[in-house]
Amino acid sequence: MNKTPISEQELHAYADGRLEAARRAQVEAWLDDRPELRQAVAEWRIQNERLHGAFDPVLGEAVPARLMAAARPSPALPLRMAAAVAWLTIGGLLGFLLRGQLSPAPAASASLPRQAALAHAVFSPEVRHPVEVGAAEAAHLVAWLSKRLGAELKPPQLAEQGFELVGGRLLSGEAGPVAQFMYQDGRGQRLTLYVRRDAQTAAETSFRYAQEDGIGVFYWLDGRFGYALSGEINKPELLRVATAVYRQLNP
Amino acid sequence: MGRQDIVAEIPRLRRYARALTGDAARADDLVQDTLERALGKWALWRPGNLRAWLFSIMHNLFVNQTRVAGTVDFPGDAALAEIPVRDSQADALELRDLAGSLARLPAEQREVLLLVGLEDLSYEDAAKILGLPLGTVMSRLSRGRQRLRSLLSGAETGAPHLKVVR
Repeated sequence: MNKTPISEQELHAYADGRLEAARRAQVEAWLDDRPELRQAVAEWRIQNERLHGAFDPVLGEAVPARLMAAARPSPALPLRMAAAVAWLTIGGLLGFLLRGQLSPAPAASASLPRQAALAHAVFSPEVRHPVEVGAAEAAHLVAWLSKRLGAELKPPQLAEQGFELVGGRLLSGEAGPVAQFMYQDGRGQRLTLYVRRDAQTAAETSFRYAQEDGIGVFYWLDGRFGYALSGEINKPELLRVATAVYRQLNP
Repeated sequence: MGRQDIVAEIPRLRRYARALTGDAARADDLVQDTLERALGKWALWRPGNLRAWLFSIMHNLFVNQTRVAGTVDFPGDAALAEIPVRDSQADALELRDLAGSLARLPAEQREVLLLVGLEDLSYEDAAKILGLPLGTVMSRLSRGRQRLRSLLSGAETGAPHLKVVR
């Protein structure tokens, strides 16, 4: 029997998964004789899980424009901001005036790389919760995301390009659900594939490239889907992977 | 580190603020104030730990707001209980139950509990953000978790009652 006293702080660290393996085992053994404390620790863990379950969906919500604006009122950026706003407004007006007569509004494809890059910036550094459903549950992942996007959706296999699937998550985009698949290579470099289904009419575009705050994005529209592959790797490398993604989606 | 790093923190700030205030619009107001304050200071000083720095700005704003507003810093059960819930929506019920219980925690305990349990910040970072000694943070965490336990189990009287619509 282990006689080292266990402090309350250590009990919390144990519940939060923050103890070294050796100490964790000691606390484990110590709790064997204290069922009431064990129960308390179990409930603290459930509290953490419920907090994540209740509030993690906020992470996937589209960030309101007023907050994006609040984060970048620098003197160097207003021009770019103004240009973007004007472009979106014109796009929106055109889309409104000519709805049903034109192919999808330019605004839709203009915001795709921006939203994809933001989602990449948010989730790719995550250590604990990079994805909602891991690659180990591939069948569940495919079924779940396909159901929510209303179309069969298979994450491309990118092993040949050196990237393994980490998993996926569901986000809320400007016009409906969005799926994000995350890939990682041997050095821990991550790519994300952002798939949204929002176009009212089918469209097709060539590959386009955008740089959003240091994140490279290749994006394209295909049918009612918009795709964007984001990563902090060089352009030719990203293009190589994007080409592989495109080929697998259009066999 | 650049401004794009601040943009990347927005979803986390929104998550924390939503859980802290229990109100989506109020939460985004708090995030907006935080971003504006951060940008104002940004020119003078680049923080080492951006996330902790942003959360500490938000903490100070939150504390000031709740001080001005008096003791009422949360819509509380009155607002929560009015929203009808379909009895089939187990998730919505559970969410309301959790939000209602969080509302009943003293703000100082709610903050610690969320920084550690939801934001996965280290105890040391939580102490830095709140400007408290580590020991105080741990005792608030402990009291907060015990209190939330009894609130969630319905052991405390006056636990939120939900109007169930069939």
